[in-house]
Amino acid sequence: MMNTFVVYVENKPGVLTRVASLFRRRAFNIDSLTVGRTEKREVSRMTITIDADHDQALRIEANLYKLVNVLLVENITTVPALVRDLAMIKVAATHEARSHVLELASIFRARVVDVAPESLIIEISGGEDKIDGLLEVLRPYGVLEMVRTGIVAMRRGNKPSVTLPSSAAPVQAMADDDLSQSV
Amino acid sequence: MMKTGAQILWECLEREGVTHVFGYPGGAILPAYDALKHSSIHHVLVRHEQGATHMADGYARASGQVGVAVATSGPGATNMVTGIATAMLDSSPIVCITGQVGSKLIGSDAFQETDITGITLPITKHNYLVTRAEELARTMREAFYVARSGRPGPVLVDITKDAQQASCEFDWNAAKPQLPGYRPDLSPAPKEYERALALIHNSKRPIILLGHGAIVSGAMREVRDLAESAGIPVALTLLGLGALPASHPLNLGMMGMHGEAWVNHTIQEADLLIALGMRFDDRVTGNLKTYACNAKKIHVEIDPAEINKNVKVDVALVGDLREVLQAILPRIETIDRSEWLDSIDRLKGDSAVRDIQNLPDSGHLYAAHVINDLWRETRGSNTVIVTDVGQHQMWEAQYYKHEEPRSLITSGGLGTMGFALPAAIGVKVARPDAEVWVIVGDGGFQMTMCELATVVQEKLKINIAVINNGFLGMVRQWQEFFYERNYQATPLLNPDFAKLAEAYGIRNATVTQRSKVVPTVQAARQHDGPMLINFHVEQEDTVYPMVAAGAALHEMIRRPSPIVETAAD
Repeated sequence: MMNTFVVYVENKPGVLTRVASLFRRRAFNIDSLTVGRTEKREVSRMTITIDADHDQALRIEANLYKLVNVLLVENITTVPALVRDLAMIKVAATHEARSHVLELASIFRARVVDVAPESLIIEISGGEDKIDGLLEVLRPYGVLEMVRTGIVAMRRGNKPSVTLPSSAAPVQAMADDDLSQSV
Repeated sequence: MMKTGAQILWECLEREGVTHVFGYPGGAILPAYDALKHSSIHHVLVRHEQGATHMADGYARASGQVGVAVATSGPGATNMVTGIATAMLDSSPIVCITGQVGSKLIGSDAFQETDITGITLPITKHNYLVTRAEELARTMREAFYVARSGRPGPVLVDITKDAQQASCEFDWNAAKPQLPGYRPDLSPAPKEYERALALIHNSKRPIILLGHGAIVSGAMREVRDLAESAGIPVALTLLGLGALPASHPLNLGMMGMHGEAWVNHTIQEADLLIALGMRFDDRVTGNLKTYACNAKKIHVEIDPAEINKNVKVDVALVGDLREVLQAILPRIETIDRSEWLDSIDRLKGDSAVRDIQNLPDSGHLYAAHVINDLWRETRGSNTVIVTDVGQHQMWEAQYYKHEEPRSLITSGGLGTMGFALPAAIGVKVARPDAEVWVIVGDGGFQMTMCELATVVQEKLKINIAVINNGFLGMVRQWQEFFYERNYQATPLLNPDFAKLAEAYGIRNATVTQRSKVVPTVQAARQHDGPMLINFHVEQEDTVYPMVAAGAALHEMIRRPSPIVETAAD
């Protein structure tokens, strides 16, 4: 089963290597890993998806915590969360095909971000299924190039999923209250 | 006060309580060595950096304090890798300090540059690259804190040459560790205690599996109280030996691949395993599919990542062993388990008649005899045995009866040949009052025997028993059992170890008869300098019992019965 972890780490050199090395060393196979800044300068946030059963997921969490630079690990696989992937798809669009491609992009609420005589670049964000769906219907026209970011995820609700550390204070997970509904 | 990075380094070590470091100088660490003359710390000059790490490791295991090793960049640092991995697998707190090329040269493949933080990333608990003198004090404080707290382990601090040379304001008190994500102090939830107590009180055939964690946590008293009050027998891992006195009536001895048959059978027949500070290594469980199938399992362990790793447990108490046991001891009910204990005693009888110690003296010298005689001579006198890896290590575990914690120092998890001699140097430095004996095979000894020079230079009274059988004995044993006696690359053509000792100015003797073991051991003990004894033992002797790799724990290859000479007469 695919598990989604949100991992807060200290924003220091080499931390990504430590996390990636852990997964390699313990023979856990990463499906997707994204890393970026957070609202706090000293903290980075990773979203990691990985195929693991329940026991393995617990061990992954425990092993992540063994890394001194890891601040907080949250397995959000079973909690209400927004999960987003972003893709740019360069698709062949000759004169005859162009209107069909534009129509498909519109159905998927994707945006055309670049137009060339023989091709279009379509940008789409959303769940992985949605992007897979668009990709499937574009394939007959000729997908020339594609890039995906891998997923980022966030718990629903008006509270942050965690309170990030101010300095040396330990990190506390928040309760599952104040959840919003999908819009 | 303004200080150079090099001065800050030594002052930080002093403030952490360090009195000795084990090291080897070189270009990128020279500024640090230059500042050593103003420090109170004694530097032990090793002959190879691997030796420095094993010495720091031996120092740490013998004393419970953090051991420190120092090396230069490049080859100096990479030579430390084996010792760091050894300390990692056995949760030994050491801090390794390496010099690094100047910060401007990093990444340029400069002379003696190597990415040692990258190389040691998976074999350290944590590591640091320090490029500025300002970062040094806080980094050193964090390194020692991480090394010794929680589940201890090795920490490496790589310091660029310019960071050692630069000056900055030094304020120890202001340089507090900043480790917001590090949580060494975990404790179990109250409901886990309730579940553990219920399992203990409802079990008819419980057994305690006692590991290294008991010694690291200092929980010897609590373990004994638990065993005695609840009437529970105790089996030990190799690194747990000494955590409960061997003479204690509830102590069954070592479990696992070379554990006695009664110990492994008892584990397989138990209805409850209480694992205390041990990690269900494959060398103690055998085949996991057939391991203690009818037993519930309680796991008391400080590292949450060990829970359910190899063996699925019913109750996990994650925390410091001593604190956990102190919390449950007042609630342990005294239970009479004499029926269970009597059934274990019956298992012991069969093994006793197979014991090589009961073999009459036929003139042959067996390693087990050497070790048992050594135990009889040195028992009760503050002796620390440091073993290498292989057959002699297992015979030591079987025939030397350890009464005290930290009286056996050995490489368990990594199984590092060459560990014994350098580790013993660290042990003797940490505990100068202890009588230190190295027990080492002829193979492993030759991996690090250059450290004989360190023994002499530091004037250390260490006794060295080389168990010399002319083979890489344990590998030969596997070839005998599992590769149709195809002794590829296991016979050794050795130097004369006595003459080798002579060359170092170390007193020496060669023993080939059982009757000469005791007098030679006595001579070594009376000599006030180091002594090496070259014991020529039977070449094709075998460690019994043995659980073959991957076999069930109760499927042991037993000692032949009645006892027969295993070597060709």
